[in-house]
Parts: sequence; C-alpha cells; structure tokens
Amino acid sequence: MQQIINFIIRNKNFLLFLLLFGIALVFTIQSHSYHKSKFINSANFLSGGVYNSINNVSAYFDLKSQNQKLSEENSRLNQLLTNQQIDTSHIAVDSTLKLKYKYLSANVIRNSYNLSNNFLLINKGLNDSIKQDFGVRSPLGIVGIVDAVSGNYATVISILNTKSKISAQLKKTNHFGSLTWNGISPNIIQLTDVEKIAPVKVGDTIITSGRSSIFPKGIPIGTVINSKLDASENFHEINVKLFNDMTNLEHVYIIENTDKKEIETLLESTNE
Amino acid sequence: MNSIITGHSIRFILLVLFQVILFNHVNFLGYINPYVYIIFILFFPIKNNRILFIFLSFLIGLTVDMLSDSGGIHAAASVFIAYARPVFLKFAFGTMYEHNNVKFNNTEFGARLVYISLLTLLHLTILFSLEIFSFSRILIVFQKTLFSGIFTILMITLLSIIFSRKS
Repeated sequence: MQQIINFIIRNKNFLLFLLLFGIALVFTIQSHSYHKSKFINSANFLSGGVYNSINNVSAYFDLKSQNQKLSEENSRLNQLLTNQQIDTSHIAVDSTLKLKYKYLSANVIRNSYNLSNNFLLINKGLNDSIKQDFGVRSPLGIVGIVDAVSGNYATVISILNTKSKISAQLKKTNHFGSLTWNGISPNIIQLTDVEKIAPVKVGDTIITSGRSSIFPKGIPIGTVINSKLDASENFHEINVKLFNDMTNLEHVYIIENTDKKEIETLLESTNE
Repeated sequence: MNSIITGHSIRFILLVLFQVILFNHVNFLGYINPYVYIIFILFFPIKNNRILFIFLSFLIGLTVDMLSDSGGIHAAASVFIAYARPVFLKFAFGTMYEHNNVKFNNTEFGARLVYISLLTLLHLTILFSLEIFSFSRILIVFQKTLFSGIFTILMITLLSIIFSRKS
C-alpha cells in the first residue's frame, strides 16, 4: 500500500497528464461520431451569450449585403406568388389545415468554414421548440442539420463537415446520392453514390431529395462542375458548386417536419 | 501573490477571447489561422507548481474547444505541450534552465525563438492530426501545421517582444 501511494506521489504529474489527455481524447472522439458532442459544444449559456453580444456588433458590418439577399428572396417569392394566381386576400386560416413543414427564422451568430468539421451557432433553441435533427436552410440553399440544443441556442452541423451526410438528387431525374464534403474548398461539395447509369452533365442542378425526413424535396444545393466514376466504377463522384456562400451567412430558416415522428415509428416497425 | 493570480486570470480570459473572436477568423488564404492562446502555456512562470500548470493548460484548451465546437483537440494538444515543456526548456536554454534561473525577458532572442518554434509546431501537429483524424489526409495535416505554424510563431514572437518588460 505504502509503495502504491509513493508511486502515485512520485508520478503525480505524469498521472495527471495522462488523465487530462485521456479526457481530451474522449471529447475528441465523441465529437467525431455523429450527434455525440454532448458536453463540449458552444450551445450553452456562456458561449452563446458571448457570441450573441459579438454578433450584435459585427452584424452591422454586413447589413447591406444581407438586406440585398433578403430582398432578392422576397422578389423571387413575390414572383412565384403572383404567377401562380393565388388570391392572397382571402386565404382562410384554418386550424385543420396541417402544415407538413414548419419554418422558423433564426440568425447565425457564429460560423466556421475553415476546419474539417464545421459547426454554426444559431440564436434559437429549446425555448423556440427547436430540437435535434431539424433542417436548416438559407435563402439560397441548404446549410446543415441541428445538432446540440440549449435553452436559447443551438449548434448546427454545417454541410461543410466531413461527418455530415445529406440525401440529394439530380433535379431533372430522380437519381439520388449522398452529399459529403472532402474538407478542401468551402464552395465545393461532393455528391457520391449516384448510380452509374444516371445522366450527369456539367451544369445540372442538384436539389435535396426529401428522402431523409429532415429536408423537404427540392431545396436547391448547387450545380455540377465535374464528375467521374469512383474506384469501383459503379457510382458517380460529382463535384458540386454550392449556390450558397457558406462563408457569408446571417439569416437562416429552420425547417421542422411535423410528420417526422410518424415516419420514424413506421420505419422502426418495418425494420423489426 | 494576489496580483500575480489576478494577472494570470486576466491574461487567461483575454487570450481565450482574442483567440475565439479575432484569431479564429483570420482565415488567411482560406485556412491559415494563428493559435496565439498558447502564449499562456509558453510563458507561464517556470518555478510554479507543475500540477497547477498542467491543469490550467487543460482548462485553457478546453475553453477554446468549447467556444469553437472542436471536441477536445485544443485541450489535448495544450496538455501535451504543457507536460513536455521542461524537455524543450532544457533543449533551448540549456544550463540556464538547469540553474533554475530562466526569466523569459532576459533570455537570448535566438534561444527564445527556438523554444517558441518547437513547442508551437508540436502543438499544431497534435491539434491538426486530432482534428483531421485520418491517415489518408496526412498531407493536409502537414500543410496546415506548416503554414499555421509559421503564422503562429511570427505572432507569438512579435507579441513577446512587444509585451516583454526589459529590466
């Protein structure tokens, strides 16, 4: 016993180092597996507050271009509305009318795009009934999926994250694949696992496929800049240029799929 | 004694804030950032309690991690260089360290530069290997370490010259 205590006292620095290094490694490995970064994330009172107050100042510098973006989206939506000849003056608000996708606006208060696993922080959380796995899009295209949530803040796994996988498809046909990122350029993202027979051409539009119960079908993602067959020669590997400028995000929309629970229970029961 | 603790606490908070607000968003050429907060570890007084020093290094790394959503990579790298620091002190300052009278303000510029460079490169190598975490992309690890390393070493050397108190 004496010897054990002596050993601990003699090597206390090394043991402390091992302990702390081990804890840090556990956090690192946890953050590498999807949806496991529970303890160390920026969706907490302290860091959320810090970033919120910084954003209050820095948002002013970007006001002009963000306003420009929003007014462009407004004009596009107005154009859609008037061309569809919907009489907007008499839309009945009926509680039996169930919306499949609910939208909620939020502001990005922290954005990173230069790491290999990027996250965003938004200023809506549990108090606005945001939950894990809600989709996030910007006026121009998809942004990511909600990960950790605290009272007033939530972190979002950016599509610029080597761990993120989102189902996407070609706009003109229904061939689908999964959207991943190789960690190199914040403008270019990869669409893999698209069947070889799919007719992929440079300039084709890529949209979300609506297969994942996170995003509705048809949110724009980007255009094909080149494609090649992967190592097994069975699937296309497509480089997609994003419509979204991921380095300049301010206003985003959170998408809630109200049928998500139903879909998931159905899937679970068929898997059993 | 109290003023020393206050001084170190203020330095801790300021370095973390500057790191996450300013230096994490430099993105020179797309991905090059200086990791200046390790100044806290590099120039922590040598005579102090080593257990406290290792623990504080862990804490500063973890705080940066928490504010930049990076898991535990900064904490791991910081703890590692804090534990390995005596080896580098001995290598860079030699007999001065063995006689227990290294004061960073009075050391030679060359020795100090060697000390800063080695510890920074070690820190960044661990940081980026843990961040990228795959052998197939080891070239990106080296590339990031090299360029961010040069930037960090420059910043830290400049800051240490500006803030050193010449006696």
